[in-house]
Amino acid sequence: MNKRTVFKSWWLPVLFALPQLLLIVFFFYWPAISVFNWAFSLEPAFGGAGERLFVGFDNFREVFADGEYWRSVSLSLFFAFTATGLSMLIAFVLAICVDRQLKGSGIFRFFYIWPYAIAAPAVGLAFRFIFAPESGLIAVVNTWSPDLWNPAKFGSHAMILVIICFAWKWIGYNFIFMTAGLQSIPRSLLEASSMDGSGPVRRALDIQLPLLAPTLFFLLVLNLTESFVGPDTYGIVDLTTEGGPNKATDMMVYRIVSEAFRGLNYSGAAAQSLVLIGLIMVFTFIQFRFVERRVHYK
Amino acid sequence: MIERTPILNAVTYLIMILGLILILGPFWMIFTASTQSLQQVSSVPFNMMPGGDFLKNVDAAWDRANLGPALFNSLITSLLVMVGKIVVAALSAFAIVYFKSPLRHVFFWMVFLTLMLPLEVRVIPTYNIAADVFEPVRWIINAVTGIELSLQWNLLNSYSGLVLPLIATATGTFLYRQFYMTLPDELAEAAKMDGARPLRFFIDILLPLSRTNMLALATIMFVYAWNQYLWPKLMTTDASYQTAMVAMRSLVPSINALPEWNVSMAGALIIMLPPLIVVAVLQRWFVRGLVSTDK
Repeated sequence: MNKRTVFKSWWLPVLFALPQLLLIVFFFYWPAISVFNWAFSLEPAFGGAGERLFVGFDNFREVFADGEYWRSVSLSLFFAFTATGLSMLIAFVLAICVDRQLKGSGIFRFFYIWPYAIAAPAVGLAFRFIFAPESGLIAVVNTWSPDLWNPAKFGSHAMILVIICFAWKWIGYNFIFMTAGLQSIPRSLLEASSMDGSGPVRRALDIQLPLLAPTLFFLLVLNLTESFVGPDTYGIVDLTTEGGPNKATDMMVYRIVSEAFRGLNYSGAAAQSLVLIGLIMVFTFIQFRFVERRVHYK
Repeated sequence: MIERTPILNAVTYLIMILGLILILGPFWMIFTASTQSLQQVSSVPFNMMPGGDFLKNVDAAWDRANLGPALFNSLITSLLVMVGKIVVAALSAFAIVYFKSPLRHVFFWMVFLTLMLPLEVRVIPTYNIAADVFEPVRWIINAVTGIELSLQWNLLNSYSGLVLPLIATATGTFLYRQFYMTLPDELAEAAKMDGARPLRFFIDILLPLSRTNMLALATIMFVYAWNQYLWPKLMTTDASYQTAMVAMRSLVPSINALPEWNVSMAGALIIMLPPLIVVAVLQRWFVRGLVSTDK
């Protein structure tokens, strides 16, 4: 990140950086320090004004001893992997098809991006209707036999609903990056291979897929992070199932927010937040290692 | 490719059409439901043809979710967040790229690390600081000088509260930094030779050159800001500061009443329209902004 020509001034860069600096100190770092502080301490009894009581790793021990926490972790993992897999698979098939550049594929490309414009809560509300047990698209199965489909009653159905919402919304995003990745593959490679007698399917598997691997890996990490800890998961769960029925869709992000606000368990929520921040750091680290490698590719 | 593959082409079209149904189907259902009467929308199996009650449903949703003020609040805050992010990104990237201060690496990393602190993991303390912005300032002054100040600024239930915590932007800063890095060194050299000071160079040369960048960033940031949910939901208790996305919550049919999905969908349709228009009409810029933030 070095420019040959730079300006000489010590106070101007500070001035330019100041707006962002103030914003991140006030709204990111100070709160983060509070989270850290709360995770290792307890509120004085009866809400007294005194100093917070330092308790070491007690809050973490309490969180990890809770069976419901681990259930929430495994639910989040299941959700993250299935939603990511489903979304990326569909987006990949669509991107490969569009990249064949048949007549009219521009129109398809135009629409495939749309889901990404829709906010997670809106997706949640819409799919809550489409998959409602009493009306909408799927309700018809309940006329064959009652309660064949009821996300308000069965945890597994609720989980399917939440996964569909997330996967649908992220098809748009994955599609954008996959088509961009496919476009950067030199046409001459595909032409040379077709001269050698390979058909479109062989080319897709042996040339496009491997050359797209860096993009796919980037998307995999990004999708996993977003579904695991992202705001979309919170928005979808809040508008469809609210963590229910019977906590069957109580993902980690949703749990932290509701525990902190409804349960007023700040210390427990802070400990869970720190665990989550650690996970995000691992994800981001993996992503950046890979970005380094991809620069190497070029 | 040059070869003729009629069967494979047909299969490709079939898959693309299935994909189109998958993508546009939900949009169509939202639209048709929003035009039907309660009786029609409750029919099983669902009738895919639009009815004639659209305006009536919109009217009902408008009342129920208080959409007039909510849409206005969303528009104001989204535009402010959008402009704020662009300004902040352009300024901080300029400080990082065009000056050789030893602190720039520290600053760059501080901005980068905010990516790992999403709102969900710091909701309560962020809420607390929005309720009392000068808490850190008072704390530091008290620790250094022992003076107790009574300086207070409460952001809850205000536009500043809806906007300020969302303006810091790591992705925007990276995008602008990337853009400055692609500019030739000769540009700054020539400007310096002509006697331009940093501020003049920034305003008269960098900003006009970054117009494409700015538009790309503006589209993704507008969509981002309009679609914010958790933060406005937490910090607005006063209904007059509610944004449209938060108002969506009141469109969920209650368990004890008739499920008026037609009204819900009419409201949802209106709330999700502005970002959809941005993505559809300015798709070129939106895609460019999105793809170039991953670098």
